Amino acid sequence: MPDSNTIITIRNVVKRFGSSVTAVNDVSLDIRRGEFFALLGPSGCGKTTLLRMLAGFESPSEGEILIDGEDMDGVEPNKRSVNMVFQSYAVFPHMTVHQNVAYGLKVAGTPKGEINQRVGEALALVQLESMADRKPDQLSGGQRQRVALARALVKKPKVLLLDEPLSALDAKLREQMQLELVRLQKSVGITFVIVTHDQNEALSMADRIAVMEHGNVLQLAPPAELYEYPNCRFVADFIGKMNLFDGQVVGARDGRVVVRVNALSDRVGDLELPYDGEARGGVGVAIRPEKLRLSSSEPVDEPVRLRTRIMEVVYYGDENHVFLEAGEAKFTANLQNVSRGAHAGVVRGEDVWISWRQEDTLLLTS
Amino acid sequence: MAKDRANPLDYSRKTWMRLCMGFTFVFLYFPIVSLIAFSFNDSKRNITWQGFTLRYYEQAFNNSQLHEAFLNSLIIAGISTTVSTILGAMLGLALYRFRFPAQGPYEGLVHLPIVIPEICMAVAMVAFFATVNMPLGLTTITVSHIAFSIPFVAVVIRARMAGFDRSLEEASRDLGASQWQTFWNVTYPYMKPGLVAGALLAFTLSLDDFVITFFTSGPGSTTFPIKIYSMVRFSVTPEVNAASTVLIVITLALTVAALIIQSRSQGPTHA
Repeated sequence: MPDSNTIITIRNVVKRFGSSVTAVNDVSLDIRRGEFFALLGPSGCGKTTLLRMLAGFESPSEGEILIDGEDMDGVEPNKRSVNMVFQSYAVFPHMTVHQNVAYGLKVAGTPKGEINQRVGEALALVQLESMADRKPDQLSGGQRQRVALARALVKKPKVLLLDEPLSALDAKLREQMQLELVRLQKSVGITFVIVTHDQNEALSMADRIAVMEHGNVLQLAPPAELYEYPNCRFVADFIGKMNLFDGQVVGARDGRVVVRVNALSDRVGDLELPYDGEARGGVGVAIRPEKLRLSSSEPVDEPVRLRTRIMEVVYYGDENHVFLEAGEAKFTANLQNVSRGAHAGVVRGEDVWISWRQEDTLLLTS
Repeated sequence: MAKDRANPLDYSRKTWMRLCMGFTFVFLYFPIVSLIAFSFNDSKRNITWQGFTLRYYEQAFNNSQLHEAFLNSLIIAGISTTVSTILGAMLGLALYRFRFPAQGPYEGLVHLPIVIPEICMAVAMVAFFATVNMPLGLTTITVSHIAFSIPFVAVVIRARMAGFDRSLEEASRDLGASQWQTFWNVTYPYMKPGLVAGALLAFTLSLDDFVITFFTSGPGSTTFPIKIYSMVRFSVTPEVNAASTVLIVITLALTVAALIIQSRSQGPTHA
């Protein structure tokens, strides 16, 4: 049973289009009251379909959706206490900013005085008071998006749905809007559900993230857990970058498993990794690029170390991405540019030692 | 780079191109210009220029039969425009919005009245009215005009709706509006330029239609073009020229209005 902390309950929801396409495949999850929730996945993974089912534009083929304890089966979009910010913003082109924001209140028959007051508050919330009389074609993309936000928030929905809200903005503005959306969400206290294909967006804004692929939710976790402890190869690879190797479990003893990585075993031997569950057979072994350390001399006190050749160095300003090879094994290491000339010795063709802490290694069983 | 390839604008500087353009203009517009000019000619015949007069306009305005015919045309055009705009808009919207089996063939059939020769439409109409025992008169003319105007309106509306962002309708529903409110608050304002253009098109089509009107008219239901035709059979007097000029001016004004409205709506339509 959903407790009072749950605002949206999605239970065994399946959505099929026609007879061959299953967009959402048996998804169950709870969204908590007041949280910033992200649905993250590549295009075509079913995240937008799921969001549209919450808004009422699609109805589930199977399963049920409860919003604040109320079954949404057969409830029209205009009768749901959720509002949506569309990817195209869908700001009404023939109405002024004020009329756009007032629209939802007007069709609900709200008295005129109250409309004006609430529209004023909503515009102040998104810092658009001075634009109230403009038409949408006199606004920038970022301003149009604020109109879309104000228009949805003025209805005081229980949940605000955002469909790829930042994808049309340029990089600088996107970062600024990420911060602003988080600030907005904390100040209004409304549950936000955002759909995005951008992992940075999800990681930086959301309290919890559901990673989807092929209509399934693969992992649901807070950002840090998702990044540090992905539960499968897809999540590990989709969130951030990953050095991923195939290996076999060759033994286990007291909470640790011994894994032989084919491409590394002749150099570093078997790895002993902490792992709670049961693991056998083929597994994935993964290490984040920023957790690798480079040194010119052999780091003798590091248990996992090997000598590699630098194949390529890509300069990004804040980071250097170093591509390394040791026999068949390929690594990427991300080095923070902590001071000028910090990586002067890191040049193509040189040999360096890389090492990492055993505890930072990930074991992926699926 | 190809140096000898002419810039598109260079063609207008070539003599043969200019001659071609000149001939086209003469062939297209000389008859019309001479028609208008001789409507001001102070002579009973359209052969030599005798001097300027507005006498024949006066005569045309005082011709009660011409009056009646013009009134008939206005009534027919008014009713047929109203009905065909509503039906055509519904048709255009349905074609834009819904996917249904055999949609391709259906769209083709809808456009058929635009393509098939008018004389065939006319004969078909007469045959139809005979089968249903409808006496020929203003009603049958109006019904025929509605029938051939609908596809034109539908095509204009369909083209207009092609640029419509459907998430606007979803946004309206999401904000609490019913389907009906959404149509009137969001869809209709977007359609409006198309509706005006379609209506003006239907109006001019009805006002100057001859073939179908001629076949479906009965005693006492003479329209303006038909009245002019019967006057010409008598003799081409400047009075006919004057009446025709009035019709030209009206259709021209409406067509220009339709074009302006359409081009305005093709500007920044939605953000």
